[in-house]
Amino acid sequence: MISLNINGQQHELDVPDNMPLLWAIRDVIGMKGTKFGCGIAQCGACTVHLDGVATRSCVTPVSAAKGKITTIEAMADDAVGKKVQQAWLDLGVAQCGYCQGGQIMNATALLKKSPQPDTREITEAMAGNLCRCGTYNRILAAIEQAAGKQEETSS
Amino acid sequence: MSRSDATLMLANVSRRGLLKGLAGGSALLLAARWDMGMASEKAQFGAGAMPGGWVDNPNVFIHIDSEGLVTIVNNRAEMGQGIRTSLVMVAADELGADWNRVRVRQADANQEKYGNQNTDGSRSMRHWYDPMRRAAAAARLMLEQAAANQWDVPVHEVRAQIHKVVHSASGRELGFGELAKAARELDVPGRDALVLKSDGELRFIGKEAGLVNGELNAVPPKAVDGEDIVTGKAIFGADVDLEGTLYAVVARPPVYGARVKSVDDSDALKVSGVKKVLRIEGTGQPAAFKPLGGVAVVASNTWAAMEGRKALKIQWDTGPAGDNANYTSDAYRKSLEKRAQSPGKVIRQSGDVETALKEADKRVSATYYMPHMAQSPMEPPAAVVRVSKGKAEAWAPVQNPRATREGIAGLLKMDLEKVTVHQTLLGGGFGRKSKPDFVTEAASIAKEFQGQPIKLQWSREDDIQHAYFHAVSVDHLEAGLDADGKATSWRHRTLSPSIASLFAPDPKHKGEFELGMGFNTMPFSIPAIRLENPPAPAHVRIGWFRSVYNLPHAWAIQSFAHEMAVAAGKDHRDYVLDLLGPGREVHNLTFGDGWNYGEDPDLYPIDVARMRRVIERATKEAGWGRKTGQGRGMGLAFHHSFLSYTAIVFDVEVSKKGEVTIHRADIAFDCGPQANPERIRSQLEGACVMGIGIALKSEVSFKNGVAQQDNFDSYLIPRMPDAPNVVRVHLIDNPDDAMGGVGEPGLPPVAPALCNAIYAATGKRIRRLPVGDQLSS
Repeated sequence: MISLNINGQQHELDVPDNMPLLWAIRDVIGMKGTKFGCGIAQCGACTVHLDGVATRSCVTPVSAAKGKITTIEAMADDAVGKKVQQAWLDLGVAQCGYCQGGQIMNATALLKKSPQPDTREITEAMAGNLCRCGTYNRILAAIEQAAGKQEETSS
Repeated sequence: MSRSDATLMLANVSRRGLLKGLAGGSALLLAARWDMGMASEKAQFGAGAMPGGWVDNPNVFIHIDSEGLVTIVNNRAEMGQGIRTSLVMVAADELGADWNRVRVRQADANQEKYGNQNTDGSRSMRHWYDPMRRAAAAARLMLEQAAANQWDVPVHEVRAQIHKVVHSASGRELGFGELAKAARELDVPGRDALVLKSDGELRFIGKEAGLVNGELNAVPPKAVDGEDIVTGKAIFGADVDLEGTLYAVVARPPVYGARVKSVDDSDALKVSGVKKVLRIEGTGQPAAFKPLGGVAVVASNTWAAMEGRKALKIQWDTGPAGDNANYTSDAYRKSLEKRAQSPGKVIRQSGDVETALKEADKRVSATYYMPHMAQSPMEPPAAVVRVSKGKAEAWAPVQNPRATREGIAGLLKMDLEKVTVHQTLLGGGFGRKSKPDFVTEAASIAKEFQGQPIKLQWSREDDIQHAYFHAVSVDHLEAGLDADGKATSWRHRTLSPSIASLFAPDPKHKGEFELGMGFNTMPFSIPAIRLENPPAPAHVRIGWFRSVYNLPHAWAIQSFAHEMAVAAGKDHRDYVLDLLGPGREVHNLTFGDGWNYGEDPDLYPIDVARMRRVIERATKEAGWGRKTGQGRGMGLAFHHSFLSYTAIVFDVEVSKKGEVTIHRADIAFDCGPQANPERIRSQLEGACVMGIGIALKSEVSFKNGVAQQDNFDSYLIPRMPDAPNVVRVHLIDNPDDAMGGVGEPGLPPVAPALCNAIYAATGKRIRRLPVGDQLSS
């Protein structure tokens, strides 16, 4: 049995140790916000937080997912995640939306680690998240907006 | 209203001036369209010429419940262009609905009920803007009539306002919800009774967020799916969750046309979770939208199915693939380059090119190459299908729900009525999901599991290796210049396999709809022009990729025009404006094109003045001609496609190591009337980024018929650091022309503009895409 803590809830799963976390979340637990894009950690669509660190769930075996797992479904309950989501909506970032859950997860982890990132830091941190619709300029602007809002509330 | 009324032809009764009035949104009696006595003419152009035509019956598209909740049906695929917001917004505006009380329902595949649903060709808004406004205007009139009946006053005394109808003389009012039941029982008014809202009455259409008349405008309305997307609740193809679902993946022949010779599935069946292994019959060549065949592994979850597939031992028979098994793209490129040296099928000719070339003071010659590419939307193909008791039901992210329905019905030998296709959101389309092969493939598995839903998932490797590839292309151009550098002759030979090879024996020549994408419609004013199309056979599945053959045509023509300007020693912008000549409207038939994106050439001529205007705007906004410094330069390209006009200027810096930094992109765009300017901007921003990938990184090459790239570590697409530092979109305010496309026309000029900028920065001419490491030497 594999034990996973996802969004504060404990799940006991009868799955092989080496099953990637992505498929345990999607097919076994049935949460669909975390997306499959490449299976080799090249696109970031499957990004979750493992103890707050952005993690590619498609290459993380369930046996290695010991800790608190957070998915896009729980971001609205996270102060930083909520700001990032709001910035995404304000700036109309999403086109098809498929990658955006992963983008938001990655951006939120970045802002938690570095609340006031400069442009270069954002670009480097987000380079692992692909968007085929090409929304990068708005993603960048939304992260900058979310960072600004954080500053306002903390001061 | 009868069905025949609903399919009356629109475009061929609407002369240009008439549509100008409508497109501008001014109040206009729609009766004008029907009174011209031409309604019995066969539809030749526009929405009416599409299979299923258009429908404007309000009862099909608009439902209001007793609480006043307005449900509007969207009959187009949502793949990121924002049509579920934009088209619904058009109807909601005309209806007078409060946006917060509007819901969207996605239409199932039903062409008879909803009209044409094939979402490609950048035509959703231009084909559905008018019918949706009429449907909403009719619904509004029915609500007004219901109120007038209840108050026993003439209908002209009442007026719909936001989500209610008022009788100002008596101060009475009733909400849409209170009127809905009575309104629904009324006859749908004839089109001659409808009056569309005037520009001044519109709240959403054509508006952008910001201060409007001193008031903060809350438009465009917030995106219909925005909240679901950012919270992970949006449902794409593989997110459909049905009780008892089994998960499938398929091992497909590595070479187009090959078949399974033998399969040993003993190890696969030992993988924990694997339930069954079965063979899928291939349909050979041409593949059309049918499955490629192979071996399916069905399991209790996707990962088990993938592990099972890894354990299969399959012998492939490449015999049926024929020549495809020898297809190597590098050798193929060389063969096309050689073939381009001799004449081909003449497509368009004026003047004597050969003599003009001989007599020229200066000759310019170049050959351009664009490789195969895979559309690779972020959501790989996926579908859920359940077959049970002589019926089939599918949930799928498809651009063409009709073809999906027909494909399943054909495969299962069922009547169309027995097949239901529910359309999910598409995690990107770009032409890939115009082909519903993956849904038919899922159905071929599901028929072996009666009553049990099968979720088929393509891996990224499947997606890249078995794409419907963008056609590889070679374009060879020669031009003669006089002593002043002015062009006297232009010869262009274009070579690409045709998409027609997907459906019929390979014609080896481009069809009219392919040549009409910027090749024979090239509008330069040059005395001698000769356009040729030598043969090029297909060896892989060739299919639509966003903007399709406009990509190679714009890449070659716009690069070459810059080479001519350089040879002439002239400023690029001045030179191309001179090549274009004075503003004028050119009928596509003059160029030998009979296609014109399916639209009436009287409504949609090729308008050189509009072309000039986007060039002038983009260069002005970019500060064309300003000093940029060492290693930095500006590049321009422009293109007419899908009835819209785009020009782009890049400001680019190239380091000594060959790294490209894009400081800025200025994009000028004219699509005529704009329904939702904010989503138009987002489409152009996205096309810019995708085009940068086409220029710098993206290529699928083949060796012995096998794609050499298989995931995003080898098939490279743009990442955030590749995007321009700044993208500025300059929309041309032009309500007077007919509405053009938006999703695709932003893409074709991107690669040539970027390569022209690279030339300006480095003096290095790129003639072969992608740029890759060509700048590092």
